[in-house]
Amino acid sequence: MQRTSIKITSDKLNLQECYRFVEDASCGGIAAFIGTVRNDTQGKEVTQLDFSTYKPMAIKEMQKIAALTLEKFDIYKIAVHHAEGVLKIGDIPVIITVSSKHRKAAFAACEFAIDTLKETVPIWKKEYFSDGAVWVNAHP
Amino acid sequence: MNIKTLFFGITADLIGASELDVVLASSISIGAFKTVLKEKHPQLKNINTYAIAVNEAYVEDELLLRENDVVAIIPPVSGG
Repeated sequence: MQRTSIKITSDKLNLQECYRFVEDASCGGIAAFIGTVRNDTQGKEVTQLDFSTYKPMAIKEMQKIAALTLEKFDIYKIAVHHAEGVLKIGDIPVIITVSSKHRKAAFAACEFAIDTLKETVPIWKKEYFSDGAVWVNAHP
Repeated sequence: MNIKTLFFGITADLIGASELDVVLASSISIGAFKTVLKEKHPQLKNINTYAIAVNEAYVEDELLLRENDVVAIIPPVSGG
């Protein structure tokens, strides 16, 4: 049985799909993290984001995170889906859902998975402003 | 030997390409490869922190490159 669902897509992410994948009669809860595109960064108005990926490696790294999260926490299933391409304010770049028998493991696992994704998965976002664009975290 | 090298994010913008072949006289370490890259592409000199992946997995500076390896330059990631 598949206990992880990993996806990178230029389509709109589907929360219902992530929810359906992890739900199970043995579980007492599902925790979800839904990332959304914020309209400002350090007081500057953001107009859109553009996510680029090293897709084959990003998929592998997301799979590693899902496997590690299953190993570290007492959870049942995990879905990690990420968007690529141009996203507007309020759009969803990432969804993580986790199901478990008891809630604490699901919350902790969800937090661990998103924190690790932000550190290791080769995905880059470019922030667009009315007067230009910058790669986030890049310091040339 | 030819090492196919992929660039992403800020490094692709600085190089002006997402892919280049880097020609090496012999097998060298990742650490030495980074030096070669900066010599050939000085526009990378201000990028101090980046990771390297070989064949789609992160590697350390000690690894020796082999024929047909695909190297990726991974500037600080910002997914999520």
